Amino acid sequence: MSANLINLLIEATLQTLYMVAISGALGTLFGLPIGVYLAVSQRGELLSSPWVNKVLGLIVNAARSVPFIILVVAIIPFTRMIAGTSIGTTAAIVPLTIAAVPFIARLVENAIREVDSGLIEAARAMGATPLQIIRKVLVPEALPGITLGLTLAVVSLIGYSAMVGAVGGEGLGDLGIRYGYQRFMPEVMLAVVVILIVLVQLVQSLGEGLARLVDKRAPRNRGR
Amino acid sequence: MADVKTSGAAITFDKLGKSFAKKGSGQVMALEDISLDVAPGTITGIIGRSGAGKSTLLRMVNGLEQPTSGTVTVAGHDVGRASGTELRRIRREVGMIFQHFNLLSSRTVYGNVALPLEIAGVPGAEIKRRVDDLIARVGLEQFSTRYPAELSGGQKQRVGIARALATQPKVLLSDEATSALDPETTQTVLKLLADINRDLGLTILLITHEMAVVRDIASHVAVIDGGRIVEAGETYDVFAAPQHPTTRSFLSGITGITLPSFIAGKLMSERPQGESQEVIRITFAGRHATDPMLAKLTSELGIPVNILAGAIEEIGPHPFGNLLVSVEATRGAEARAYLERHELLTEVLGYVG
Repeated sequence: MSANLINLLIEATLQTLYMVAISGALGTLFGLPIGVYLAVSQRGELLSSPWVNKVLGLIVNAARSVPFIILVVAIIPFTRMIAGTSIGTTAAIVPLTIAAVPFIARLVENAIREVDSGLIEAARAMGATPLQIIRKVLVPEALPGITLGLTLAVVSLIGYSAMVGAVGGEGLGDLGIRYGYQRFMPEVMLAVVVILIVLVQLVQSLGEGLARLVDKRAPRNRGR
Repeated sequence: MADVKTSGAAITFDKLGKSFAKKGSGQVMALEDISLDVAPGTITGIIGRSGAGKSTLLRMVNGLEQPTSGTVTVAGHDVGRASGTELRRIRREVGMIFQHFNLLSSRTVYGNVALPLEIAGVPGAEIKRRVDDLIARVGLEQFSTRYPAELSGGQKQRVGIARALATQPKVLLSDEATSALDPETTQTVLKLLADINRDLGLTILLITHEMAVVRDIASHVAVIDGGRIVEAGETYDVFAAPQHPTTRSFLSGITGITLPSFIAGKLMSERPQGESQEVIRITFAGRHATDPMLAKLTSELGIPVNILAGAIEEIGPHPFGNLLVSVEATRGAEARAYLERHELLTEVLGYVG
């Protein structure tokens, strides 16, 4: 493989990392509070508001029903409004974030709902406000689950990022299509696939490691 | 303000009722016409079977449940009518401990005890001082940086107790706090509660399904059955003279006075024809509790007595005995009259041929 190709691979890897990192961060920024709200606004919960919950749930479901490649082209006007352009790696972050938010919201919602209701009751008995319960009880207690959820979301984003070549987003997926497939360079395709596998493995291991670190639920030898 | 003048009780239930909407058809009454005064500084036990409504009753004291009728008054505050900021302020004056401890797995022992203080907005330095004190009080100094998962059940409940005391409440609610613990650990946790009650003058209201817990630490007891209080009073009096069948069945479980099975199996409620024995439960209480009454019965009236089962124990400072005996059925009435004259309580359980 020529030095030129290796440079292309390195550049594409960095572009993928850039898109995934920014859309993952933005997705968490918006998805986390939405997920928390989805969990606590259910009937009988802390901020019970069944109608708002239902409507929000419908929106989240609708966003998640759209296949990603359709989403990318369907929201081009919106992307142009936000990013100033609808073409390129930075522009691709917009649909990636739009896809990440509802996905992360559902994962966070599930993690929050796993928290033992006895803890909420204990916090209420202490005189905690709903916001205090969310900040001091629900989110810290759900953190292992949220961490694993975010890991899953980032892995999915790595996969999604391969499709944004459709709107001129670069990265590993785009490289694989243009060089590996269209120019019949199987070695490039192989390299792209190997790099993607390694990336996903790294993200997964890192995520699981972090989740273990924040999970204090099981006793373990702490070196004492 | 929803403040109400009271008779000086720490907690007053007044004609309290609670019903839940049932799916489809109408209402289910969980509690009905509950009236009870809990005196300050006492330990009061509410005992009942699961589903009797005792948990709902306890949760109305700190507003986790709202009454549908009547009132609950805690330290002068009408809890049922309070909401928002006022309710949260009342809750800080009422500590609560739970059967399954409900500790945050993500926080250390220190962090768990600090939580109510953080919630109340206590400044950091003050939190540190108070949490260290509380952890020392429950004897967990060595464990303050451990997580709940690394503790035993008894240690977890000690953390729960320290946490409940953090905001210096006037009342402590205990929701089956020892039901998940083994008997030995139960004793140490009960002793800790009794110490706290004595040292801090804290009023403790506990619910349990174990009469042994009531016997060991409660000065007062209320028995709840089918959503109503069927019997209430000082523990000693209730143990000495239980009036309601539910109370009796709870008591029979702990006083070691169930009939041996070979007799229980033959027991008849009606006196049969011919020779038979009358089975009597005798409760020794008060000043005659330690007198040799059965020996006197035999020597003074010449009635031979068979002892079937018995136990003498203490409730608080008082001795308390229970005996199951049998005498010839023909002389049963005479024997019971004699014992009653000497201030012992008797009850005919049945007859064996």
